[in-house]
Amino acid sequence: MFAYISRRLAVSLLILLTVSFAVYVIFAFLPFDPAALTCGKNCNDPGIIEANRRRLGYDLPFFTQYFLFLKGLFFGRTFGEGAALINCPAPSLGYSFQQHACVTNLIGEALPVTFSLAIGAIVMWLALGIGLGILAARFRGRIVDQLSTIFVLIGTSLPTFLTGLLLMVFVVIRWHLIPFPSGNYTPFIENPFEWAQILFLPWLTLAFAYAALYTRFVRSSVIDTSNEDYIRTARAKGLSESVILGKHTLRAALAPIATMAGLDFAGLLGGAILTESVFNLPGLGRLAISAVVKYDLPIIVATTLLAAFIVVIMNLIVDILYAYIDPRVRVA
Amino acid sequence: MTLLKVENLCVDFPTPDGLVAAVHDTSFEISPGETLAIVGESGSGKTVTNLALMGLIPLRTANVTGSAKFESHDGPVDLLAMNRNDLRKYRGRDMAMIFQDPMSSLHPFYTIGDQIIEAHQIHNKVDIKVSRDRAIELLEMVGIQGAATRIKSFPHQFSGGMRQRVMIAMALVNNPALLIADEPTTALDVTVQAQIMKLLSDLQKELKMAMILITHDMGVVAGAADRVNVMYAGRIVESANVRDLYANPLMPYTQGLLASVPRMDRPHTERLSAIPGQPPSMIALPTGCSFNPRCGRKSEVGASKCESQMPDLTTRGNQHFARCFIGEGA
Amino acid sequence: MSSPLIQVTDLHKFFPLASQGIFSRVKGDNKAVNGLSFTINEGETLGLVGESGCGKSTVGRTILKLYEPTSGSITFEGEDITKYSNSKMKPLRTKMQMIFQDPYSSLNPRHTIGSIIAASYEIQDITPDGGVKKAVQELMERVGLNPEHYNRYPHEFSGGQRQRIGIARALAMKPKFIVCDEPVSALDVSIQAQVINLLADLRDDFGLSYLFIAHDLSVVQHISDRVAVMYLGKIVELAPVESLYKEPHHPYTKALLSAVPLPDPVLEEKREQIVLTGDLPNPANPPSGCVFNTRCWKAKEACFTTEPTLLQVGSSQVACHFPE
Repeated sequence: MFAYISRRLAVSLLILLTVSFAVYVIFAFLPFDPAALTCGKNCNDPGIIEANRRRLGYDLPFFTQYFLFLKGLFFGRTFGEGAALINCPAPSLGYSFQQHACVTNLIGEALPVTFSLAIGAIVMWLALGIGLGILAARFRGRIVDQLSTIFVLIGTSLPTFLTGLLLMVFVVIRWHLIPFPSGNYTPFIENPFEWAQILFLPWLTLAFAYAALYTRFVRSSVIDTSNEDYIRTARAKGLSESVILGKHTLRAALAPIATMAGLDFAGLLGGAILTESVFNLPGLGRLAISAVVKYDLPIIVATTLLAAFIVVIMNLIVDILYAYIDPRVRVA
Repeated sequence: MTLLKVENLCVDFPTPDGLVAAVHDTSFEISPGETLAIVGESGSGKTVTNLALMGLIPLRTANVTGSAKFESHDGPVDLLAMNRNDLRKYRGRDMAMIFQDPMSSLHPFYTIGDQIIEAHQIHNKVDIKVSRDRAIELLEMVGIQGAATRIKSFPHQFSGGMRQRVMIAMALVNNPALLIADEPTTALDVTVQAQIMKLLSDLQKELKMAMILITHDMGVVAGAADRVNVMYAGRIVESANVRDLYANPLMPYTQGLLASVPRMDRPHTERLSAIPGQPPSMIALPTGCSFNPRCGRKSEVGASKCESQMPDLTTRGNQHFARCFIGEGA
Repeated sequence: MSSPLIQVTDLHKFFPLASQGIFSRVKGDNKAVNGLSFTINEGETLGLVGESGCGKSTVGRTILKLYEPTSGSITFEGEDITKYSNSKMKPLRTKMQMIFQDPYSSLNPRHTIGSIIAASYEIQDITPDGGVKKAVQELMERVGLNPEHYNRYPHEFSGGQRQRIGIARALAMKPKFIVCDEPVSALDVSIQAQVINLLADLRDDFGLSYLFIAHDLSVVQHISDRVAVMYLGKIVELAPVESLYKEPHHPYTKALLSAVPLPDPVLEEKREQIVLTGDLPNPANPPSGCVFNTRCWKAKEACFTTEPTLLQVGSSQVACHFPE
């Protein structure tokens, strides 16, 4: 098991290195001059542009730039010289001249928001999706199953921005079920209640779409598993239906859900762009989208890499988790 | 004494194309220590018969009627008359079942020890340690070496034959009076089959257990059975003691079945005598005797009779019954 | 005597056992076929028996070049095809065909059986005399299918009929050699006999040669002229069918034959059975010396040190230091 994990870790590192290089290549050969973009869209002063080019290192050869970027990740990086010295300590992901801040700090602010959004949403959709999926499978063809089919249909076809707006309009504005999420995002440690109150609708919005997918998946997985021979064996032993479902069917049926949930969670951590925009949450998705609009290259590179990093790491976690659940994939 | 007496068992599956009578008006009995083989081709109803007795056919998918009087630990009961929840008490305790495919019949995520212990725990209010010792005892009994450590292994760490031994250990953990073995060796190699059949017969003698052996292999039947029921298209078409059946098959289907088996003790140049045609579709059974379209002996009693009437299962003396107009009343 | 249709010499087929991941090291080989030599003459049926995992199916597939042999050579009609590429094999594929075990999964459910059988003509770009449809219908009739069912789909047929479709497909190209891989083991007993008889008739009518792979010794006895017994990637005994079944020389053959139940309760009671203990060793790591030494009741020192080669004993060839 240890050998397996260390081998997987090595592979993950290799993948991350490859991704970082690929991202760097893509942005290095885009038909924009990154130095020109640093002083805003309509900046034409060649002096400032040249000065910025030097400060950011865009005058250096491509491989030197890439190497400096990698080095910054581990040892921090200093931009500029003399009086205008800017120091971004490790892990440095670069410096955004439009926001005048180290990218790492910007991400440090946005990541907790996105994480809060993702964690709440996944809890909600897992509870809803698994619960409904099991009920639909257990009472196949009956009213619960039919209602779940309608739910799946609506959930998978409504785009999240529309779900979000609808929830906002009806739950908050029309029906006053919960107060209008006043003010900005509040960190969990400052005020957990306010944190939850502000995030409740975004959670619901995200969870709605995912829960629909999960309901459908859990339903078919439970039905497939209950047709397995070993479930018949369990029944032949004289186990009650609830034990068969809880201990035998679900263990096998939900194993693939762990993989799915891990990867979906990773996807969300990379930034739930639409939901963050609709609910005005300062998360990674919004950071990335505003960077794209403003051609803020250091942030785009950093957020792309971060998303890749999260996916690779979650993949690893999911595989280890799966090996724990299913003894057949444990490698000796 | 009779351990199990099944009378007029019918299992009908409603389908969009009409009612499928998977088992029709089937009666038989089995005594303690006896081995009853049920043979027939796929779809003949041999498996459904036993799933019905075990209460393993989902209620919503089929109508099961008839009676099955069974001598359980708590006295005589009717397996088909009680509700499913009550039947659970007997399943795995008084009667147990092993299946064709030992590869897929064990839960891949639990150790074999856990699975056997679970089977013991449901029916016995004892400490888990007692069940654990019982599991080890049974694994040793079915010939698994190092049982005390092997109980921590997962099914995929065993070969097919070993998994079938585990299944047998699990089935026998509560000393059942009746073991239903559904094609227990079909998925196994011939040398492993020999091991498993020998194990089953040894255990049966030791535990004085009755066994219903479901199989399509006429060789396995010859070696293991006391009595044989031959099923065709949902009905018993012949029933006899094993020697009688092989020496003197009465129903043309049984005759054809025995003749079509390739035999190593016959010259290899001999052409096999095959039963012509295909097994009937259960949705559109032929009128009259279900076997009549494939039967070569219809002319002996007049084809029109076989094509219009279903013969009864009648006695031919010496505990031998056949469902055929030929030789009836003789 | 003319040269054999198929000559296989010292054939090996190893499957590498790789662990997962990029930094995997090859952990060894599954030695599925480990040094086989045999011939099949024109019009002859060679039976190949053995337990699951002995490599018998791999032999069939390797001879047809569906697997690339690891070493050794295969000649077909005197032509060495061992190193032939796929394109070079293509014209030969008309003469070498295969029938599979599972008639359910080897037919495309979305194609009519007419087009399934006719596909062989299309692949080889051949137009038979009188047109494709006529040729297909003749074939269907020959294998015992109703030619009017030309436009039906595989699910409308029973298992035995589907196997007939598979046979018709293999026959379409007028092959000389067919590998039959467990062709009847998925079928009911009464249907099994029909298909065995059909295969025997076709062989006699068209002068076909078969490599008949099966685990059922009684079935193999009925169709074969000679029989090879495989154990752990090797042939342990190769003999004409009468002598193999009457006088098996290799202990494994003996044990295998003694394990087959006879459909006769009187004989069954008298049958003396050699029950083999233990399981098949791992084919990636076969025992040194004789491969059967872990389960053989006659094994002596020589069996653990020296590998026996196939030697002539009477009319049989046996790989055993102490043949019966």
